[in-house]
Amino acid sequence: MSGADIYRELILDYYRNPRNFGKLEKFDIDSRDINPLCGDEVEIQIRVGEGQKIEDIKFLGKGCAISQASASMLTELAKGKNLEWVREVTKEDVFKMLGNPDLGPSRVKCALLGMKVLKTGVYQYLGAHYEDSDGSGETS
Amino acid sequence: MLKTEVLDIERVRADFPILKRPIHGKRLIYLDNSNTTQKPRAVMDAIVDYYSRHNSNVHRAVYVLAEEATESYEGARRKVAGFVGAAPKELVFVRGTTEATNLVRFAWGEKNVKRGDLLVSTLMEHHSNIVPWQLLAKSKGATLKFIGLRPDGTLDMESFENILKEAPKLVAVTHCSNVLGTINDVAKICSKARAAGATTLVDGAQAVPHMPVDIKSVGPDFYAFSGHKMLGPTGIGALLAKKGLLEEMEPFQAGGEMIREVFLDHSTWNDVPYKFEAGTVNIAGAIGLGAAVDYLTGLGMDKVREHEVRLLGYALQALADVKGFRQYGPLETKRRAGVISFNLADIHPHDLATILDEEGIAIRSGHHCAQPLMRWLDVMATSRASFHVYNSYDDIDALKAGLKKAGGIFRV
Repeated sequence: MSGADIYRELILDYYRNPRNFGKLEKFDIDSRDINPLCGDEVEIQIRVGEGQKIEDIKFLGKGCAISQASASMLTELAKGKNLEWVREVTKEDVFKMLGNPDLGPSRVKCALLGMKVLKTGVYQYLGAHYEDSDGSGETS
Repeated sequence: MLKTEVLDIERVRADFPILKRPIHGKRLIYLDNSNTTQKPRAVMDAIVDYYSRHNSNVHRAVYVLAEEATESYEGARRKVAGFVGAAPKELVFVRGTTEATNLVRFAWGEKNVKRGDLLVSTLMEHHSNIVPWQLLAKSKGATLKFIGLRPDGTLDMESFENILKEAPKLVAVTHCSNVLGTINDVAKICSKARAAGATTLVDGAQAVPHMPVDIKSVGPDFYAFSGHKMLGPTGIGALLAKKGLLEEMEPFQAGGEMIREVFLDHSTWNDVPYKFEAGTVNIAGAIGLGAAVDYLTGLGMDKVREHEVRLLGYALQALADVKGFRQYGPLETKRRAGVISFNLADIHPHDLATILDEEGIAIRSGHHCAQPLMRWLDVMATSRASFHVYNSYDDIDALKAGLKKAGGIFRV
């Protein structure tokens, strides 16, 4: 599967009707990044509760369908989970979440932008540093 | 095949080996020519011939190969300079337009720009004609101002005239916008800027490959273009400068070739243009660019331009009735090069480009190294289709069909 097949119902649905889109009134984590190639932009806010649970999470962004759908779906997956889950989530998990589309190297970054923003914010909150080692290029 | 009847498209297409390569099982429709063009067999042959028969360094040794290499390299300089009506001694071979503007920044700017000076660029520039001046302004304590645009995507000449009253030191303007396709009246801009005492630089990267350019009638102090956008290889381009200017300027890079005599405490410089060609130059690249110039001259640049004007006119009409299609740039084809930047409803250009890729159609999507212009247009990015000698009306029909398919997928 490649090319136009990426744009199946699932991704288009999340692109057109993004879940958890917006800002939180109170948050403990606020992380933002862009993909310099496309200018895709994702910002994620998290309110952390008891036992480092993700009580609430929202995202803001603009960009291509892949980047925005991926960020939205990721916030749905993350909600209610522990911060430790964020540390453990992998790019393979993100690809699976998207239905394993054959993205090709130039679009992989779009798909992984949300995860990068999420991990960067959570690592920082936990006093650690997230090194983007997904093999997709820039770390900035 | 639907033809413009200006160029013999079948014959032209046969000269470009890559066009025979299927993409996703379909015919390659290459519409990213403002980014880089494909290469004709003649350019590849010239490079292979140089490496196979004449390879050696230039301007040094006295054996046969070295003399042939030097003659080929200098022959390329004569061809490329002649292509735009310049003298060979006014042409410095560089990596491309970006290196040319950076050369001017250092070799001219460091010596001539002082604290409080005004540098001027425009809102429609490629980053390579903005960022060097930002850095120069910063290092010298100078100011950088931009000529604005009118709603139709042409330069606001009133804003230009007003800026001239402030006596700018440098006016750096593009001959032709890589996003809007706007062809600027650079002859008028250069003459007015000169009258106001400014040095002028024209970015010709999107003009020289697509239309006849006569440097004398443009009249800039500096003019730059890139080889790879005009059927030549990557890594080679030209900076043209008035000869007197080159002589007054400080060297850019220092090392071999650019020197006359080296002592432990000082050195003297080689004649121009060699003073600006430090180190071993891109000999094969220059020879390849010379071959590209021969190829374009063979077709005739007036025909190349007319071919693109017809393609542009056809495309603007054909694409206008695609639902959600919005293009940016002047509608008058006589004032515009063969480039169309557009958006399709709210589909992100990268999504659009992915869908078109599946159809074998290569377009550019993104900010086109012109972020200030994107902000002026109030878009994140655009898609861009740009033409060259091997494109036909069929390619535009295919693009139209691809856009309709994308519109269907995204339910535009």
